[in-house]
Amino acid sequence: MTDLETREPAPRQDNRDPALFGQTPSQTVGPFFHYGLPWKGGADLVGQSEMGARPDLFAEEHWLLNLSAPTGTPQGAVIEIAGRVLDAEGAPVVDAMIEIWQANAAGRYHALDDDRDDVPIDPHFIGFGRAAVDAEGVYRFRTILPGRVPGPGNSLQAPHVAVSVFGRGLIKRLATRLYFEGAAGNDEDPVLACVPVERRGTLIAQPRGEGLWWLDLRLAGADETVFFDL
Amino acid sequence: MIEVRPYARDDAGAPPSLFPDYRSTVLRAPAQPPVRAPQTLTETTGPGGSWERLMGPALADLTSQHSGTPIGQRIVVSGRVLDEAGRPVPDTVVEIWQANAAGRYVHVRDQWDAPLDPNFTGAGRVVTDAEGRYRFVTVRPGAYPWGNHNNAWRPAHIHLSLLGPAFATRLVTQLYFPDDPLIEIDPIANAVPMPYRQRLVSRFDIATTMPNWALGYLFDIVLKGRAQTPFEEDHHD
Ligand SMILES: [Fe+3]
Repeated sequence: MTDLETREPAPRQDNRDPALFGQTPSQTVGPFFHYGLPWKGGADLVGQSEMGARPDLFAEEHWLLNLSAPTGTPQGAVIEIAGRVLDAEGAPVVDAMIEIWQANAAGRYHALDDDRDDVPIDPHFIGFGRAAVDAEGVYRFRTILPGRVPGPGNSLQAPHVAVSVFGRGLIKRLATRLYFEGAAGNDEDPVLACVPVERRGTLIAQPRGEGLWWLDLRLAGADETVFFDL
Repeated sequence: MIEVRPYARDDAGAPPSLFPDYRSTVLRAPAQPPVRAPQTLTETTGPGGSWERLMGPALADLTSQHSGTPIGQRIVVSGRVLDEAGRPVPDTVVEIWQANAAGRYVHVRDQWDAPLDPNFTGAGRVVTDAEGRYRFVTVRPGAYPWGNHNNAWRPAHIHLSLLGPAFATRLVTQLYFPDDPLIEIDPIANAVPMPYRQRLVSRFDIATTMPNWALGYLFDIVLKGRAQTPFEEDHHD
């Protein structure tokens, strides 16, 4: 007897087929991610503001996303990092989304795969943030100045923040880093050392007043930001 | 001294950043090739285990977020998140967002003339279980027109966002449906060369389908795995 309940159409080839199995390809985040991804407070890794969200882009009744609630005050110097996202012609990209990932003030990641027990976790600092850019194409995060993290061999990396750029027209995430002008270790950082000298400046944020570090992300064109192969 | 085990780079199915048929890539794709640098703790770590603290509780049923039931074909979308060796990726967040059954987003910049559904937002989020499984209940999104060229229509799709275990495994992608003729003429889907484009297409599944309630689609998501060690790469026999 045929079991009518379990008959099913022959599947097309897809990622469940061993012959095709492999990395799921990237696709653009598109222009309409604002009600789905950047939660309230996603760009404030220190306090309890609503930074990072864009409540102006959809109706109040469609706010389903969290207001993230830090559990206390993290250790370290509170800073803001901000900048414009610009296209090949220097025009602002108003539908981009930026994510950051960084170590705490002691140089420790709040991560299972950072298992060093000689550097303390900060229970009040996770180090992951997400921000939609504003109507002028500016991203902005409030966070902690990261400590130094070991690099390959016996090297020590300069303080840095890992940055992902998403947006309409970006089929793949663009991965870059933000360093701090004048920070200890910039001259010996093992990742900066892989970047041609004349392009290193595209990764180094400049101080702009109290606690604010500014770095424009130029997706293409003159002074194009260095993106890394990951 | 810290030993890190790096993640694999893009495989052959990865799309380019510049794909001129998708017009918005022309002014936004970097002209310079990406710089290769060693992966460090920065790239091999991620905020696993902190999803709820960051993003709040799971939202797995997109059909029960408002006072009424959304219009459209109710569906279950389920599958596993795996690494390239086929091992499950447990405890990782899967975020989705989509248009409603008529192909309209709740976003103010989506101004095409299809109805909004007061009972449908289209945003959800779950964390994978120990076997890497995830599951959403939603409605099948409609196709929608876009401004890329005259008479351009996006195939029905669900946007997905995964962080995986590390900064290096971050993935944003789109799920398509197996019966949709728009896929093969869509510039965004076509940025992925064949046959790898098929990895973006879900599978209708009778076992996931729920009697008298919802059609079921299976979609496994494969993230970058740990790179092979140099020893394995050099081993020929
Ligand atoms: Fe879309």
